[in-house]
Amino acid sequence: MANVTLRNVRKTYPGGFEAIKGVNVDVGDGQFCVLVGPSGCGKSTLLRMVAGLETVTGGEIDIGGRVVNQVEPADRDIAMVFQNYALYPHMSVYNNMAYGLRNRGMPEAEIKTRVEEAARILELAPMLERKPRQLSGGQRQRVAMGRAIVRQPKVFLFDEPLSNLDAKLRIAMRVEIRKLQRRLNTTSIYVTHDQLEAMTLADILVVMNGGQVEQVGNPLAIYEKPSTTFVASFIGAPPMNLMSTRPDEIKAQLGANGAGVQAGILGIRPEDFVITDQTPSGGVALPLTVEAIERVGAETFVYGARAQEEDRVAATPGELPPGEIIVRIPGADAPPIGQKIRVAAIRSKLHLFSADGRTRIEA
Amino acid sequence: MQKQSIFQSKLLPYALVAPQLAIVLIFFYWPALQAVIQSFLLQDAFGLSTSFVWFENYVDLFKDPAYFEAVVRTFVFSFAIALSSLSFALLLAVMADKPLRGGTIYRTLLIWPYAVAPPVVGVLWIFMLHPSLGVLSRYLRAMGIDWNPLLDGNQAATLIILAAAWKQISYNFLFFLAGLQSIPKSVLEAAAIDGARPMRRFWTVTFPLLSPTIFFLLVVNIVYAFFDTFGIIDTMTRGGPGKSTETLVYKVYTDGLLGGNLGSSAAQSVILMVMVIVLTGIQFRFVERKVTY
Repeated sequence: MANVTLRNVRKTYPGGFEAIKGVNVDVGDGQFCVLVGPSGCGKSTLLRMVAGLETVTGGEIDIGGRVVNQVEPADRDIAMVFQNYALYPHMSVYNNMAYGLRNRGMPEAEIKTRVEEAARILELAPMLERKPRQLSGGQRQRVAMGRAIVRQPKVFLFDEPLSNLDAKLRIAMRVEIRKLQRRLNTTSIYVTHDQLEAMTLADILVVMNGGQVEQVGNPLAIYEKPSTTFVASFIGAPPMNLMSTRPDEIKAQLGANGAGVQAGILGIRPEDFVITDQTPSGGVALPLTVEAIERVGAETFVYGARAQEEDRVAATPGELPPGEIIVRIPGADAPPIGQKIRVAAIRSKLHLFSADGRTRIEA
Repeated sequence: MQKQSIFQSKLLPYALVAPQLAIVLIFFYWPALQAVIQSFLLQDAFGLSTSFVWFENYVDLFKDPAYFEAVVRTFVFSFAIALSSLSFALLLAVMADKPLRGGTIYRTLLIWPYAVAPPVVGVLWIFMLHPSLGVLSRYLRAMGIDWNPLLDGNQAATLIILAAAWKQISYNFLFFLAGLQSIPKSVLEAAAIDGARPMRRFWTVTFPLLSPTIFFLLVVNIVYAFFDTFGIIDTMTRGGPGKSTETLVYKVYTDGLLGGNLGSSAAQSVILMVMVIVLTGIQFRFVERKVTY
């Protein structure tokens, strides 16, 4: 049981590359913290710094009230689940889980109790004598989890543990990891690039980009009030529609709040659009030409093009081509391709950002 | 499943493999067969008459205490060479595997000795350790060691083992380095988090994961020590002093070419041939099954 606090943590590689540019995060006791971001954003590096596998260039990493910058990984009382599981291929499942306990000189009888308990929880009991190569991907993943939980560490660290599994298993394991973590109530830090995993697992979500924290908070709060256009387009699938707006439009939408704003970016989530001919008061309405339709059963994504040139916004990460708008509508009924439609969103669903996308403007 | 009927003519495939087969037959099987035949023959001292004696050459060999001494000596040499060369190469590989400034240069330099021909290796070591010419001999004497491998059989044997092991270090190093680099970093990181200190990590994770490489190299090194040390022995000691550095291969040469006992020499080669076949058989069997962990 421990808090994990990162204070202005920095990492600069010998070549001068700044991987982590000052990160502050506070993970409370028993909380599940997810670090999410695109590849190369530094999330794995940050996790490895907490584990002690990477040196810390600046700042402090605090686990349970002790600064661990100079502490060996073995002495940090953490356990880590690796993306490729990193099981010991020459050891049986039992020995894989017992290894860390033996290294700490625990009596064999207690090791046996702990390993068998972990095997029971993870449904690995029939496989204790097998070698990792005789196991399926999901089973290996569970052994890696088992190796972490037998140690009963202060903190669990997960480095994209589900990305080598197929889609169905990934969802099942995601739920299992969450249940397990709640049951053991162990502070956890979890790295992923999958925003869905991030949203579903996190108590605290840390969105990272380019070695910096873009936003920290409750996942739903981040979804509802993204503080930058990066967060807005990264969290949520399909991503938020971002359009540049003219000053007069902003003024009309913000009233007094928009007085000092020259130009900005307007964001609207695909699910907040309604196909209608009416313009809600204070909201926006857009004329679109339907270009493509994706039916996924319960809902349909309508891809529409806007006419005006000035609507082009380079969103980061730009998952939408400039001028394209995604509208998410329930059910399978959708307008045919080529039809001109009008979509509208109410005022409370509008997100406004400064022109550089770095600041959210509260309406 | 188009494995057959690519060739129009039935003869063409045979014609295509014929050159390869001819080489194998003429240069490998024919001499081997000659050796087997020769081993059943006995010549008189002047080479005037040859008689077929069945297994007499073999029986004589097995009765000869000198032959058994050579067998024991060869095994001792082989294990000493394999062991010292493997352990030193492993040590170097473990150190070279760490991120080093100029690591590539270091690794390249370590591989160079492999390009040195065995007789040259012998000459190099003689220059260093010859009782009167050797650079290192002076220091050994200064330390109070009565260093004279030309007279002392054990010292001569040590010298051969040193030179032969040194020559093989590069080869072993190369395989060990490749083996070490194929161990996933994360497995060692997991062991570090699991509380294993570097030495324990090496013996409980790295070493077992290297075991296929170690086994492969052990067989290769034994074969090397058996057969490829001829050049080193010939340049350094010529089997002497006495017979203290005469291995099985060197004995084939001295008995046959120098002693003129072609029958016995052939019988010895046939025995060596069987040993190689057994060793290779073991190797294939285990390497193909990937005996490992």
